[in-house]
Amino acid sequence: MLVRTRLIRLAVNVLLYGLLIAVSAFMALPFLWMLSTSVKPADEIFGIPPILISSRSSLSAYFYLIEKYNVLRVLLNTFVVASMATVLQLFFCSLGGYGFAKYRFPGQKLLFGLLLATMIIPFAVLMVPLYLIVRDLHWIDTYWPLTIPWAANAFGIFFMRQYISTISNELLDAARIDGAGEFGIYWRVIFPIIIPGLTSLGLIVFMGTWNSFMWPLVVLKTPEYFTIPITISSLTGQVGRTVWNEYMATAVLSILPLLVIFLIFQRRFVEGITAGAIRG
Amino acid sequence: MTRLATTLKSPSQAKRGAPRQGLWHEIVKSRWAYVFISPFYILFAIFFLYPVLLSVYLSFNEWNGLGPMKFVGLANFERLLDDQVFWQAMQNGVILFFMYVPIMTSLALVLAVILNSKRVHGFQFFRTLIFMPYITNKVAAGFTFRLLLTTNNGIVNLLLGVFGIPPVPWLQDIWWARVSLSLLIVWAWLGYNMVIMLAGLQTIPGELTEAAQLDGANPAQAFWHITIPLMRPVILFSVVLSTMGSFDLFAEIQSLTGGGPMRATITPIVYIFGQAFTNFRLGAASAMSYVYFAFIFILTLLQVRYFGREES
Repeated sequence: MLVRTRLIRLAVNVLLYGLLIAVSAFMALPFLWMLSTSVKPADEIFGIPPILISSRSSLSAYFYLIEKYNVLRVLLNTFVVASMATVLQLFFCSLGGYGFAKYRFPGQKLLFGLLLATMIIPFAVLMVPLYLIVRDLHWIDTYWPLTIPWAANAFGIFFMRQYISTISNELLDAARIDGAGEFGIYWRVIFPIIIPGLTSLGLIVFMGTWNSFMWPLVVLKTPEYFTIPITISSLTGQVGRTVWNEYMATAVLSILPLLVIFLIFQRRFVEGITAGAIRG
Repeated sequence: MTRLATTLKSPSQAKRGAPRQGLWHEIVKSRWAYVFISPFYILFAIFFLYPVLLSVYLSFNEWNGLGPMKFVGLANFERLLDDQVFWQAMQNGVILFFMYVPIMTSLALVLAVILNSKRVHGFQFFRTLIFMPYITNKVAAGFTFRLLLTTNNGIVNLLLGVFGIPPVPWLQDIWWARVSLSLLIVWAWLGYNMVIMLAGLQTIPGELTEAAQLDGANPAQAFWHITIPLMRPVILFSVVLSTMGSFDLFAEIQSLTGGGPMRATITPIVYIFGQAFTNFRLGAASAMSYVYFAFIFILTLLQVRYFGREES
């Protein structure tokens, strides 16, 4: 009897680990192959048998990208845009979230309903008119269209409202009695408390902007101003030149910075993603 | 000091004070709240309301973005009814949905249950690895998959060759291209869905499943009769998001299949984008975007109704 239950337990464990390992291999293979291809000489990329680590490995594809396509500049662009979007959204969304969470005012329900309703409209509907607005504002090849329109957005405000509504009102009243103004309360009382929530939202925004593809494709026309996903797609779009080690090197460079940030802040990041899903 | 006095008095005043001037008084009193939420409504007016109205107007016109606009009434919508590529794109969205959503959702749930059960070691490792593709930009991911799935001497076909499987035309055949795309989507989005499921599972008290097992239920029965029903809202959320996602795939398509072969993987958003920014048919693209929106909206509503009912 004991032997049987042990055997069953062993079989179950083999099954569970087998599934986990199979899924993990599927997840890891693209990363491994991307990395491996990016340092391979061109003639080994489709070599038989396939080579994981070439004896002729070099970083030449990376250097070529940096010299020829100014990829460091592109990475800097991407970093600046993502940081700008993050700072603006954190400020305006937490301020808006504070307004909805801690005040009762006429028209609140209607205004909040309107805010939530904006989440229903898909970007496809806005894309064409937004392009026309951006064009008329002479914002093509600038970072304004990537940062300003969503500086205060429904998701961020909703997220921060949920977070701020858990703060006790007594704390705010105490600050009021001490003579703090309403903005002072936000800045000195609310802001320090919500830093974990801001971190979660900030990571989501930073990642979203860093990886954003369709909208930057519409508004960025000059390679100098590209963000990294646009550069990858423009490199690979060139006719008659297929250089997989260069493509994979840009892919690696586009992922690496986010990966580092993600590994450091993993807990907050996951918290942010699930808070929207479970409570919402 | 006077300031302090008024702030302290105001709540009681609001209750006892004259109700006739109540509304204006309330508005003035909450002026700070309006200031705090105003950035959203200012941006909303410029970058949301105006564009929405503009695209309604555009959908009744023919315009290439330059020169004069030509009012054509409902012609854009009429032409849309006969636009086979548009309907093919909608159909592709439905096909893709059925190809990857059931697999991805159930796999995400099963993995979440396994990781949540504490039966396996390395929770952190597996979660991190499975989640990593989610933070990868989808253009890089798509090109990597294009490399992996190259027909001649691509690594996947070489690995399959070890088991004697002949080279698969991953990106050249209509159905294989859809399979390839599904593989990419599952790779990219499984971790996100799993993490959401994990968070959902953590809200289910462990005693519930334990009690069921004490009553003689085996783990599989506990999973079916306790975990699944309690997870219904989370599963619904994940499926609804994936539904919208199926029609909204853009970076994945552009980088992996380019919409081909024979438009088998073109999605509505890819088609609308092409009409707008390659062919400059801004009116037609606007009309399409509204039909697309209506379709998604109804689909989402049906899903929520259908799943939501049994829950209550």
